[in-house]
This record gives sequence, C-alpha cells and structure tokens, in this order.
Amino acid sequence: MAEVTLHKVVKKYDEVLAVRGIDLNIGDQEFVVLVGPSGCGKSTTLRMIAGLEEITGGDIRIDGNVVNDVPPKDRDIAMVFQNYALYPHMTVAENMSFGLRLKRFPKEEIRKRVDEAARILNIEELLERKPRQLSGGQRQRVAMGRAIVRNPKVFLFDEPLSNLDAKLRVQMRTEIKRVHQKVPVTTVYVTHDQVEAMTLADRVVVMNNGNIEQVGTPNDLYHTPATRFVAGFIGSPAMNFMPCRLESEGDALSVRLPGDTLLPVPTERAARYRPHVGRDLELGLRPEHLTEPRAARAAELTAPMTVDLDVVEPMGMETLVYFTIGGNEVCARMDPTANPQPGQATPLSANMTHMHLLDPKTLSIL
Amino acid sequence: MAGISSTAPAAGEATRPKYGSMTRSRRWALRWSYFFLVLFAIFFLLPPVYMLITSLKTSAEISAATNPWWVFSPTLENYIELLTTNTYLVFFRNSAMVSVFVVTLTMLISVPAAFALSRMKFWGSATLATGVFLTYLVPETLLFIPLFKIFAEFRNLTGIELLNNWWVLLILYPTLTVPFCTWIMIGYFASIPKELDEAALIDGATWMQTLTKIFIPVALPGIIAATIFAFTVSWAQFLYPLAFTTSADQLVLPVGIVTTLIKGDVFNWGQIMTGALLGAAPPLIIYAFLMDYYIAGLTSGATKG
Repeated sequence: MAEVTLHKVVKKYDEVLAVRGIDLNIGDQEFVVLVGPSGCGKSTTLRMIAGLEEITGGDIRIDGNVVNDVPPKDRDIAMVFQNYALYPHMTVAENMSFGLRLKRFPKEEIRKRVDEAARILNIEELLERKPRQLSGGQRQRVAMGRAIVRNPKVFLFDEPLSNLDAKLRVQMRTEIKRVHQKVPVTTVYVTHDQVEAMTLADRVVVMNNGNIEQVGTPNDLYHTPATRFVAGFIGSPAMNFMPCRLESEGDALSVRLPGDTLLPVPTERAARYRPHVGRDLELGLRPEHLTEPRAARAAELTAPMTVDLDVVEPMGMETLVYFTIGGNEVCARMDPTANPQPGQATPLSANMTHMHLLDPKTLSIL
Repeated sequence: MAGISSTAPAAGEATRPKYGSMTRSRRWALRWSYFFLVLFAIFFLLPPVYMLITSLKTSAEISAATNPWWVFSPTLENYIELLTTNTYLVFFRNSAMVSVFVVTLTMLISVPAAFALSRMKFWGSATLATGVFLTYLVPETLLFIPLFKIFAEFRNLTGIELLNNWWVLLILYPTLTVPFCTWIMIGYFASIPKELDEAALIDGATWMQTLTKIFIPVALPGIIAATIFAFTVSWAQFLYPLAFTTSADQLVLPVGIVTTLIKGDVFNWGQIMTGALLGAAPPLIIYAFLMDYYIAGLTSGATKG
C-alpha cells in the first residue's frame, strides 16, 4: 500500500544526462508501465526507484518518505529482473524465502508465505527444484514468487518477459496481470514492447531521450497522443505520417496530399486547425483508418482515395498493404475478402474522423 | 515404407561424396589429435616412469651398466629406508603444514579481496585490481633478495628471528599465491551476473552475506581452481625455502631431498627418485579428488541460460 512520487529526478552518468528531471505520481495499487526505445532512461528510472542507482538530482518518495539515501533493502520494494537473477545453488523454495530468512522471520511464517505465493503462481510442485531444472517461464514465475513473498510496498519489473519466446511472453503477460489482480500492489513495470505496455498498464508512461513524452491510460495514448513520438510509438503497425497542406474553402477545411488527393477535415476540428491554414503540415492516420471502402458508421467522415499498392502482407484476419505517398511509406489494413494485389490501383477509404495533424517543426499534435 | 527404402540408396549414393569428404577430414583431424596426444603423453610420462623404475633398484644396480629401463632385481629397500628415517618424514610434515596453512591463508585473503575489487565499486578499485595482477608478474627470483634483506633488518630492529624457520614460508608464499588467486577469482566473480548481487541487495543481504551465501557457493569451481593453484605453488616451491631455511628440521620436501640426499658429489639416486615420487603423490591425489567438483558447472540456471 504505497504511492511512489518522482519529483524533478535527474540522473547523470559523467557528462551524459540519462534522465532529465522527470515528474511522476504513481498511485496506490496502480500498475504503471514505463515504455520507450532503448536508452530512453526507463530502466535507469526504475533502478533509481529500487535504489540500485544513485539519484543525481530531485526526490523520490515511497509512501510519502523521501528515499533518496535509503538503501534498497530498507525501501520495502521487490524487483523482478529480465534475466530472473535466481540464486542457482538454492531450491525454488530457498530462492523465494531468502529475503525472509535474512530478516529472521519465523519458520512457520516463511512456509506459509512461500506456499501462498507458490499457489498463486501455480509452482507448488516445483518448490524443491533448482533453477537449472526449470524452463524459462517457470524461472520467471519463481522470480515473481520471490517478489510476492516479501509482501513489499512496491513491485518493480525490469523487462521481465524479454527473454521469453513470443508465445510464452503472451501467456506470462496474462499471468502478471492476474497476479496483480490477486495481489494488488503498486507496480512499476519497464518494457520496450508497446503491446506489453498497453495490455498491462493502468497508466502508461512513454519516455524518450530521458524525458517523459506523455502519461495516460492506454486508450488515451492511442487515441489522443500528444506528440509525434507517442503517435508513432504506440500502435502496431505504426501510425502513418504523410506530408500535407491545410487548405480552406469557405467554412470547410481540407488537407491536400502529394498527388493532389484532397481529404476533408471533420467540421468539429475546423476551429482547432483554422490558425494553421496554408501551412505545410503532416497528416497522421492509423492503418486501421485506411481501409477498403466499407459502410461508414454514422457520424464518421470518410473520404475515398486511390493508391498503387507496393507490397501486400496477408495476416489471416486482415491484410496489410503498403504504398507510398509523397515518398513516405504508408500502411493500410484491409479485409482479406477485398483481395488486394500488389501493383494494382486500389480504391481506399480514409476515416478522417480519427485523423491527426502534426506540426513538423515542433513535432507536436495540433 | 517399402517405397521409401527402395529409393533411399539411390538418394544416399548421390549425396554420399559430399558427406564422405566431411567425415574424411574429420577422421584425419582425429588421427592427428591422437598422434599428438600419444606423443605428449609419452613425453610427459617418461620421467615419472623412469623415477618409478629407478626407485625400485638397488644402488649397485643403478650404477651397473644394465638396461636403465628394466628392473632385474626389484626391491623396496629405498622406500623402507626413506619412510623409516626421521628426516624425510619431517620434510613431509613441514611441506604439508606449509601448504595447508598457505592455501587457507590465501583463500581467506583473495576471495574477499576479489569480491571487493570486482563488485564493491570504490575509488581506485579498477587500478588496484590491475595492480594486484602486476604484482604477480614480478618474478620470485627478483623478490627473494630484497625479502631476505628485509627479514634480516627486521631481526636487527625487533630481535625476532624469521629466517631459518619453516613458518617464515607462510609469509613468503602468499606473495606469490594471493595476487594470482585474487586475479582468478576476480575473473570468476565477473562471470556472475550483476543482477544476482542486486537481487541479494534488494532481498536485504549485506555485502558479507552476499559473499558468503551467494558468491562463494556459486563460484565454488573457481575457488577450487584457485585452491589447486595455491596448493601446487606451495608444495613445489623451491627457491624460497632454499634461500630462507637451512637447518634440516626446517626444510620442506623439494629442498630437503636435494640437500640431504646429495652428499658432496655422491648422488643417492635410488632415494632421490623415491623421495620425489612420494612427494609428487599428494598433489595427484588432490587433483583427482577435486577435479569432479571443478568440472561441475554451478552457475547454470541463474539467468536465462
């Protein structure tokens, strides 16, 4: 039961700024995921919360107390590492109880907690095994068990699923979510995989280059990104960016793409975009909003366009098609029954209700 | 099934030349390996075999012009004589005491030192680690003269006589074993993933507990390698005991055999060979005993693996 607060936290390695003064409030029992490309400072931030890295500037509070100079063992945290970091010479039960034994908990209490954690994680029959006799997924469960038995204020996960194969990763992702529902402890989770971030998080923190780009619920980030980086990072395949010019005809606004395709702007956005009329901007449109022409839902504004397909990737439930607009590669998601063929001029429908306009200079969403 | 077996030979013949050449080159590689293995085995085993043969001969037979590779009248006379005279047993006892104490002392110093140098990042720890290794590069032949001088000065200052006592070797040998064993252990500790001590740190372990409860058990193969090295060095060391000990009751085995069994220009070959052979036994026994532990890899399973 604890909140974690970061206030203007800075981390400097020699002359390199790894974290550039970030502010973040993590609520009690909240599951927060730090996500971003390698080197964005997410792991460093997590390690500073853990106490494994010293803080160059700012404050970190756990449960209201500043912990800047508190050693890791006194912060009441538990951490799960990417490579599990199990003690190879100890059995699963010994691994899980190591922390409690160091703190001289009574034997009965230790056994109770280990059994309870093993039951939650479904590893009861593995308790007497050594780590080398376990599979990757089982080792990851033990690493989580070691965190659970400590009954800490905060769980910290450092890319815990990155070493697992794709199928197991999906299973363990669900497992982590289930564990958090059973044991609702404040959790900070680091990953570079945006799907993991979206599926697990109550709130996602997108980091880039030592700064926080945006904090929000997965849906917020997906539908109303604040910057080009967030728009491009969240979502797979990524959002398409096409150079365009904003034009005005009376009250109505429209964007003109290279090749003279003219797409209308929804009327409810007109007031917001009007100051930018005549400027060269970027149109952001997610692949699922570029489809074969289909019946639009009421109150959705769609516009037709025709493109020459370069590449067609059938995925089964959908077919991804690629083409270029103004030198930028653009991806669209089509229904497999539309049977798109490469090299063919194909009619598409752009769902402009979900469009974004970006300022290419400030890289922010207008 | 029948259809498959009838077509299989044809397919096999078509592809055989390619695979055949691969196994042929492999076979040649194996033949050369065995050739050199046998060559080196003969080269390294001849001296001990010669020692064994000579140790079973009488002095008369050794000096007689017979086939040196054959024993015509085998005798245990040399063994009985050595093992019943007190001096040889004293050498043996001194060697054993020195080796056991030096190995213990070395491990007590170098394991914690290596842990501190490799894991507890403090100011100058990297330089210090390199310094430890450089110390090992200074040859003993260069060190023994200043060391002798220091001990002599020490006696002049304090009146405590260090020279010509077997236990002075307990101060001397660690100058050779500690730097090297520390270096081996730094290397071994470096192979233990950083997350393991971080996990221990978060679990609430002190540095001392991390060392004793995590690092020493995990690094056991490395510790055994270092132990074997320290034992070998202390058991076989010749120069330091030759320079620093002189009385017969203070000598260790290698020096004792040479100084007491060669009288003037009379070489008692039978006893020299017997003494050397018996002296070589303890390291052999220790290798055989520890090798199993040494080979067993203990780190597997800690991380991704």
